[in-house]
Amino acid sequence: MTLNQQRKFKTFLTGLFAWTVALVLFFPIFWMFITSFKTELQAISVPPSLFFEPTLENFSIVQERSNYIHHAINSVITSFGSTLIALIIAVPAAFSMAFFPGKRTKDILLWMLSTKMLPAVGVLVPIYILSRDAGLLDTRTALVIIFTLMNLPIIVWMLFSYFKDLPKEILEAARMDGATPWDEVVKVVLPLSVGAISSTALLSIVLCWNEAFWSLNLTASEAAPLTAMIASYSSPEGLFWAKLSAASTLACAPIVIFGWFCQKQLVQGLTFGAVK
Amino acid sequence: MKRSITRLLMAPSVILLLIWMIIPLSMTIYFSTIRYNLLYPGQNNFVGLLNFEFFITDPGFIPAVSNTLILLSTVLIITVVLGVALSALIDKPFFGQGIVRVLLISPFFIMPTVNALIWKNMMMNPVYGIFAWISNSLGLEPIDWLSTYPLMSVIIMVSWQWLPFAILVFVTALQSQDTEQKEAAQMDGATGWHIFRYLTIPHLYRPIAVVVMIETIFLLAVFAEIFVSTGGGPGYDSTNLAYLIYNQALLQYDVGVASAGGLFAVLLANIVAFFLIRAVGKNLTV
Repeated sequence: MTLNQQRKFKTFLTGLFAWTVALVLFFPIFWMFITSFKTELQAISVPPSLFFEPTLENFSIVQERSNYIHHAINSVITSFGSTLIALIIAVPAAFSMAFFPGKRTKDILLWMLSTKMLPAVGVLVPIYILSRDAGLLDTRTALVIIFTLMNLPIIVWMLFSYFKDLPKEILEAARMDGATPWDEVVKVVLPLSVGAISSTALLSIVLCWNEAFWSLNLTASEAAPLTAMIASYSSPEGLFWAKLSAASTLACAPIVIFGWFCQKQLVQGLTFGAVK
Repeated sequence: MKRSITRLLMAPSVILLLIWMIIPLSMTIYFSTIRYNLLYPGQNNFVGLLNFEFFITDPGFIPAVSNTLILLSTVLIITVVLGVALSALIDKPFFGQGIVRVLLISPFFIMPTVNALIWKNMMMNPVYGIFAWISNSLGLEPIDWLSTYPLMSVIIMVSWQWLPFAILVFVTALQSQDTEQKEAAQMDGATGWHIFRYLTIPHLYRPIAVVVMIETIFLLAVFAEIFVSTGGGPGYDSTNLAYLIYNQALLQYDVGVASAGGLFAVLLANIVAFFLIRAVGKNLTV
């Protein structure tokens, strides 16, 4: 073999290996997806069937049985609502820390990170009792408040690490031209960081959408988002895999697709800017 | 800009997080020292450390602590070791890299309840599951994963979720690795293993520290996977601290003991966090 051929062969092996790993890891999702188009009998057939006549029946049964749309709306409201509120609170904080850092900035950032270290279960009882006494059990309001606070540190960190990389000269130039601090944020910083803010928002939505601890413990039916609705399929009556798969596919598809778009930002955001 | 304005801009975030941290935590501390059972209202006298004694002598306590630590360490080892190995192997251009990346990261976006149900039913079911089918095809006896190896099953589900994250972080980090250094080493006759061991691994120290920290935050709090798949059983075989406390609070209505347990979980997380934040804090560029 010539050197060139050798290199080509190596590339081929790398590719083959990478594809194998990717397909193995993706298999459960693929299987869930195709099972959602099977009848219940096909879903549990041994050996597993790969070729069958697809049906859409499961999807309509899921809507009828567990009112999918109601829970999907809950998921949309809680994840988009809390993301929006968190952004409104976090943008000014990240802005001032990135552009006007003080002696304590690093400490404040690390302290914010440390609030994420507090295990949710440590405050489960008080949060449960506070929500009960405020009449917020099984309401979307409770989830929005909790999701907002839960993701606030990550959002501040992500925005901070973006803002920090913006050239400071632009702000100085704006100030020379007589811009007020408000103008600086609204007319200079925000337009420059539309991409950064939207990918931060995307990541926050993904995290809220998939949050399960609080939604399982604080909601019953009225405010239950999709994570909690799916959990109701854990104690099934009769044959149900195809319906379970249909419900799961509906619950995960939007967010997996969202996730594909924000996977690069995800690394930056979840590693608090330490890996870029 | 004036210092007061910067403070004002930061205030909402800082104050809200402070409230979010202090109020519930001090309530937990208070509840942990009184008798407080939702079934017997009005008998909330001070009991000192009795709740802690109850929690620590609960038959589920020792299994829960050890399961929490086993779950944490096993998933960390699986994701970091496999993550480093796999990302080093796929860190070269090949056909369809973009699609592979998208396929690889997908499990991370699956919600924990769906994750647990897919694995419990379609993969691990002893009669109709994919694993049972593979075992049968190889002429082996299929395994009833959830009742024979409950903790192992949870570990598989959680690792499946977090391995993609680790790979993604490591691949991203490897892209910033100095290729000239690598080529120079190759010229000097370094083997692939040497390059991996003395150039790639040191380059990954920091990403590894970060992955360990982030995963630790989430792994100490694994709940939904257990809630949906094994329900902590059989016995206490797959109960972790989070699940045990949930059990005390919302199934047995014993707020006092659950609060004591919650404080214990906070303490454990803080011990772990103390070392991690120090290790990672040094690496964060602020």
